[in-house]
Amino acid sequence: MNTRSGEVWVFAEQEDGKVADIAFELLGKGRELADRLAVKLAAVLLGGNEEMCAKLIEGGADIVRLIEDDRLKVYRGIAYRAAFVSLIRECSPQIVIFGATHMGRDLAPAIASEVRCGLTADCTDLQIGDYTDKKTGEEFKNVLMQIRPAFGGNIIATIVNPRNWPQMATVREGVMKPLERKATDEGRRTKDGIVRHSSNLDGVEIPVEVVEIIRRHSSVNLKGARIIVAGGAGVGSKENFKLLHELAAALGGAVGGSRAAVDLGYCEHERQIGQTGVTVRPALMISCGISGAVQHLAGMKDSAKIIAINTDKDAPIFQAAHYGIVGDLNQVLPKLIAAVKAKG
Amino acid sequence: MNGYNSVVCIKQVPDTKRITGDAMKADGTINRAALPAVFNPDDRCALEAALSVKERFGGTVTVITMGLPAAKAILREALFCGADRAVLVTDRKAAGSDTLATSYILSQAVKKFSPDLVFCGRQAIDGDTAQTGPQIAEKLGMPAITYLEKLDLDGQTATAVRDIGTGIETDRVKLPALFTVTEKFGELRPFNMRRVMELKASEPETLDCAAIGCEDSRCGFAGSPTNVNRIESVVLAGGEFKEVAPTEEAIGNLVKELVDEHTIG
Repeated sequence: MNTRSGEVWVFAEQEDGKVADIAFELLGKGRELADRLAVKLAAVLLGGNEEMCAKLIEGGADIVRLIEDDRLKVYRGIAYRAAFVSLIRECSPQIVIFGATHMGRDLAPAIASEVRCGLTADCTDLQIGDYTDKKTGEEFKNVLMQIRPAFGGNIIATIVNPRNWPQMATVREGVMKPLERKATDEGRRTKDGIVRHSSNLDGVEIPVEVVEIIRRHSSVNLKGARIIVAGGAGVGSKENFKLLHELAAALGGAVGGSRAAVDLGYCEHERQIGQTGVTVRPALMISCGISGAVQHLAGMKDSAKIIAINTDKDAPIFQAAHYGIVGDLNQVLPKLIAAVKAKG
Repeated sequence: MNGYNSVVCIKQVPDTKRITGDAMKADGTINRAALPAVFNPDDRCALEAALSVKERFGGTVTVITMGLPAAKAILREALFCGADRAVLVTDRKAAGSDTLATSYILSQAVKKFSPDLVFCGRQAIDGDTAQTGPQIAEKLGMPAITYLEKLDLDGQTATAVRDIGTGIETDRVKLPALFTVTEKFGELRPFNMRRVMELKASEPETLDCAAIGCEDSRCGFAGSPTNVNRIESVVLAGGEFKEVAPTEEAIGNLVKELVDEHTIG
């Protein structure tokens, strides 16, 4: 099954007739991996349509492996697993990557279990490199280096899966960059790029019925925010958090929080930045009363500019910051808000 | 029908939230001895799910863990909370198991009890992979309902409410089925003091890989396709930052700088 010519695959999740953003982030990374290995990059689209295929090809896929089947329109783990495993057995890809979304984290382990291959969860980076098994001395060229934080973010581990291919990983949302979309020449490439497969679901029992889906229309969009004002335990109260909202409003940004701030009830869970929350990399991050636990830093350290405000001059957050203001945020923030409004 | 037989898979984990300097060795590996071992938080919710099913419909609750003999501590806690039976799977052959091998061994143990319902925590705080639950389900040939928030049962059908990230989904599922449970399900009930008195000296049952019919080639290092190539402990690069005084003037200049370079405005 370890074929050097095997494709790099990206699972393109779709919901409500739309390809999810994560698919384009994965294509960005997948393109890099496929080019390095000189193989094709394929998006795998289950229950989708031609219009979605066109978007995926614009997003960087060479081909889209499409299974059109009504039983796959709405995600159900058992049906998706059966269809995906049959596709893997037919095509022997060398790498398959999924988003570490709820869907990806439901599907990828089940596939890995059935195919009996390795799977690394929640990667923050993927690279191609050589690996030597220290026990056997065996060398493996150009394998997938799966890089992820572990142990509550205290260590960064590089995992390899050199023997039982495909090499599979889930990748955290927001960490890979999508490519600039290129319009295809009159859809010709799209037509050539779609490879249709059968779902092979006939005779597969699917003991799950989706009765209802209620979408959460979140007003919080941290991932898309250019500027984020984030608070931690040091903000001191929910009341004080209003200052952060005020600054964010003045800057046209969003408000986020550390896990501590969420646990203390200062802000909602959907605002959590860090290893167990959202990974962000805004143009500007203003960090207020956040000490800078590694779990939090993992989710924001790639921000282009970081301003840290903290009363403790030894707080680790300053190590990640470009600008540091040692002081009480209740005094600093009003000055900052006034200065921003004055420039307005 | 006389209730439901549930099996709950639980794990003893190092308390990664309380990492101190001693927890990391100089070579970047973890000094497990320096960390307190706890009952994995999501697994506590999984046990609560099983106990609430027993309370409402009757039946039994069996907890299973794989680990070192020290993991008996969490099995006892589970018994004190109301579990009927506790089983430790412990074997040197299981050492070095990744999620694939772990789910294989646990699925072999779960099979022995022919459950109607299997509960796992969503994920463990040491690895955060969330892989073992769905993989056990695949090996048992059951559907996996992940991120469970609410559960209702009617005969051989479960109605499950689960978080799908972009919203909430309600599923109707034919039993047997496996569920991975999130903290939304609710906190584990406290110890029942009568059970603590009765069971404090009890020894959980112990099984090895052979007793649950495991093939050696699928356990431990041999059964684990993933290898750890490298581990680095996270050391923050001592970056240089520009200190800005907390004064109106300095803050005003900072904002001007950010506007000039088009970061804001």
